[in-house]
Amino acid sequence: MEDIAGKRYAKGKPNLRRFHEAKWDEPIIFELSKEGERGILVPEVEDEIKNEVGDVVSTLPEKMRRKHLPELPEISQPRVLRHYLRLSQETLGTDLNVDVGQGTCTMKYSPKINEQLARLPQMAEIHPLQDEDTVQGILEVMYKFEQILKEISGMDQFSLQPGGGSQAIYANASIIRAYHASRGESAQRNEIVTTIFSHPSNAACAKTAGFKVITLYPDEDGYPDLEALKAATSKRTAGLMITNPEDTGIFNPKIEEFVKVIHEAGGLCAHDQANANGILGITRARETGFDLCHFNLHKTFSSPHGCGGPAVGAIGAIKELARFLPVPVIEFDGKKYHLNYDKPESIGRVRSFCGVAPVVLKAYAWVMSLGAEGLKEVSNIAVLNNNYLLKKILQVRGAGAPFAKGKRRIEQVRYSWEKLTRDTGVHSEEIGLRAADFGVHYWTSHHPWIVPEPCTLEPTESYSKADLDEYVEIIRHVAREAYVNPEVVKTAPHNSTVHKIDHTPLDDPSRWAMTWRAYRKKVNKEQNRKKLQFNIY
Amino acid sequence: MVTKVEREKLGLIVNPIAGIGGRVGLKGSDGTRIQQRAFELGAAPQSLNRAVRGIERIKPSKGTLEIVTYPAEMGEDAARKCGFEPTVIGSIKEGQTTAEDTKRAAREMLSLKVSLLLFSGGDGTARDVYDAVGQEMTVLGLPAGVKIYSAVFATNPETAGDLAVLYLQGKCGIQEVEVIDIDEDALRHGVVSSRLYGYLKVPFERRLIQRSKVPSLSGDAEAMDAIAYEVTDRMEEDYFYIIGPGTTTRAITSKLGLNKTLIGVDVVSKGKLVGVDVNEAQLLKLLRRHKAKIIVTPIGGQGFLFGRGNQQISPEVIKKVGRQNIVVVSTPEKINSLRGRPLLVDTGDRAVDRMLSGYISVITGCKEEIIYRISY
Repeated sequence: MEDIAGKRYAKGKPNLRRFHEAKWDEPIIFELSKEGERGILVPEVEDEIKNEVGDVVSTLPEKMRRKHLPELPEISQPRVLRHYLRLSQETLGTDLNVDVGQGTCTMKYSPKINEQLARLPQMAEIHPLQDEDTVQGILEVMYKFEQILKEISGMDQFSLQPGGGSQAIYANASIIRAYHASRGESAQRNEIVTTIFSHPSNAACAKTAGFKVITLYPDEDGYPDLEALKAATSKRTAGLMITNPEDTGIFNPKIEEFVKVIHEAGGLCAHDQANANGILGITRARETGFDLCHFNLHKTFSSPHGCGGPAVGAIGAIKELARFLPVPVIEFDGKKYHLNYDKPESIGRVRSFCGVAPVVLKAYAWVMSLGAEGLKEVSNIAVLNNNYLLKKILQVRGAGAPFAKGKRRIEQVRYSWEKLTRDTGVHSEEIGLRAADFGVHYWTSHHPWIVPEPCTLEPTESYSKADLDEYVEIIRHVAREAYVNPEVVKTAPHNSTVHKIDHTPLDDPSRWAMTWRAYRKKVNKEQNRKKLQFNIY
Repeated sequence: MVTKVEREKLGLIVNPIAGIGGRVGLKGSDGTRIQQRAFELGAAPQSLNRAVRGIERIKPSKGTLEIVTYPAEMGEDAARKCGFEPTVIGSIKEGQTTAEDTKRAAREMLSLKVSLLLFSGGDGTARDVYDAVGQEMTVLGLPAGVKIYSAVFATNPETAGDLAVLYLQGKCGIQEVEVIDIDEDALRHGVVSSRLYGYLKVPFERRLIQRSKVPSLSGDAEAMDAIAYEVTDRMEEDYFYIIGPGTTTRAITSKLGLNKTLIGVDVVSKGKLVGVDVNEAQLLKLLRRHKAKIIVTPIGGQGFLFGRGNQQISPEVIKKVGRQNIVVVSTPEKINSLRGRPLLVDTGDRAVDRMLSGYISVITGCKEEIIYRISY
């Protein structure tokens, strides 16, 4: 094992870091605003031009003109720089920590060269409304990447138009709806079946698309129950929208039977493969009998999306459903690449424009650098890492992994600290806050918490044994503290920036606020102004 | 909406003989005869130790709260054992406390406006607290009794302590939950006979449910409202609806603008209340002339669908209505609280229990259902 100055490791085990994060106590940018302060002074328009053009605002219809100036923060350049640099020091981003604690998100290392590629002017300065002839290069990349996804999934055609996982899932639901409508059955087939451990977007998008949602719960082994599926299927069944492996990291061994039951009832099956990190080159949606599937390029395919957007939810369909895919689809006539919008039965676009090209470029570069064998190796290592971590975490006092006892998991595990909580009163969230004191990120899980006191770890292929050992050592230490000195954990964080968040306003309509404007409306405005002035100086 | 309340005073009542019958196999501790028998069989009180386990968890907040309690074994001892200097009120005959002491203590704490009444005991104690204060104050059960069927109890003494602290810090809301009591005499003869006694207001721990999507500090009011919307939307004119007890089913009748009895079985037809707190005979009479559907919700924590608190809907009634006309409703939180255990039926007729078992659709929200197993 690597020994850094004889300090980081002792007796073959990693020592805990003596970590301390920057804590700037920085207000939010709106609170920093000072009336009249400017970052850029835009020069006055010259008289000659002014006289020629006249009052530009008057050309806008009266109704479209805003009554008040936008309440944007007024702040100078150096203060803007300081503000964001300070905030950047208060993060635990994926390039900074052993980021295995954000399960389901597939936080792998994404090579910087691919990032540079996407930032080349040849990529960054093109526009989706440019003539096709001038963007043949990126269209070729997108077309070729579709061929790769077809190979990986077994599907017959892809659309790269959706800008994220949920958009792709929504497209899946819309295609299911369009398919039944084309057969005159849309009124009758109004039910989508999903499972409680499938990504919650499947239930949410199905409902948004107008379906009734029937959710299956797992049996004792953590598998969605086949008998329950049979009870849920009828002439009203429009389709199955399911994640496999589920968020528990358990692969449903009866998945073929699931698909068969739905097909026999006349429904379609959509495989949510947002996170396919454990199955590349190992199993395909096609062989299991699925009609639709999607991949999140920003998860499995190493194209991280900055701050939540934009990404790509690549959606694939079998031949019979290809006509419903979102437009545009990219076609090649042997000479030139085209964006084909002329698909009368298409569900249309699920966002603006034709797909996020730089994200596709990064994914394409990543796949091409690995090759087919490399992709399979990615999954093999991801699964190996996960099962190593599983074994180590289960040795920690108070830890558990409900369902599928003694069996291996795929790419992630939903753990439970139920025993530790019962023994010590320390909750999963608090373990996460304490883990931050040692410089690592930790996440609980999506709601609802079917697994009590959950945490979801996904080590991907990117982390070494030494990295995983360090993470485990931190978790082991925090668990030990929970038993010996729970107050240290309950009052964490002590060395990191993160604060304890009071969740109660989220449940209180009189206090919740999703935006700064809503916050201002709900908090006494005068009082708030005073606070602003106080914060500035 | 969050109600601002004084949260410094914690009322504490320990039922000193709760749980005494359990270890010696007496299935309960109600009544002096049984308590005497338990002592003869060598039972030792468990209540003090369990109360102490819970109060230990409150200790870190010692500086910010005052414990108001009854003398000696009814709370004072437990509080002092954990290092508190409690305010002791009332008087008791040590070693001879009865249900009357519990009721009196609860009433006095209500008049002293304690923020939360933490009581250590079993279903019998919960019933006494309910008799004394009803829904006039927030209470929380620390499980120490033999029978714990009521959802007013935390899952263990430690959780009760944690939950009390969360509530006093204003970090959780309130919900109405069932007070169930089982007839001990019948239980000793191998018959489980229970009734729904009423509803108490207890702190609501949100950790197991969706935080931002069920936006209510008043329990799962929004989830219930969505269920009510779905159910009323599906109601058909030519059916009579036999509606079982519970807050979820009450939300359905509220949606129709009707006033339902909380612990009784009511009948609705064409949007009108046509039967209030009906019994089995009335239901059977109704079924001779009309088609009907039954709307039921499981009891939280236990998962009983039939046979607990709704015996009016007898095996005979269920057979007449038919399985296909049973509408099960539940908030997702209540289903999650079952932790994968099936819904239960114990109608008193094994053939009917068998007929009911298997998978059933449960309405959990607007356009939302789950498929869940019924067992017996």
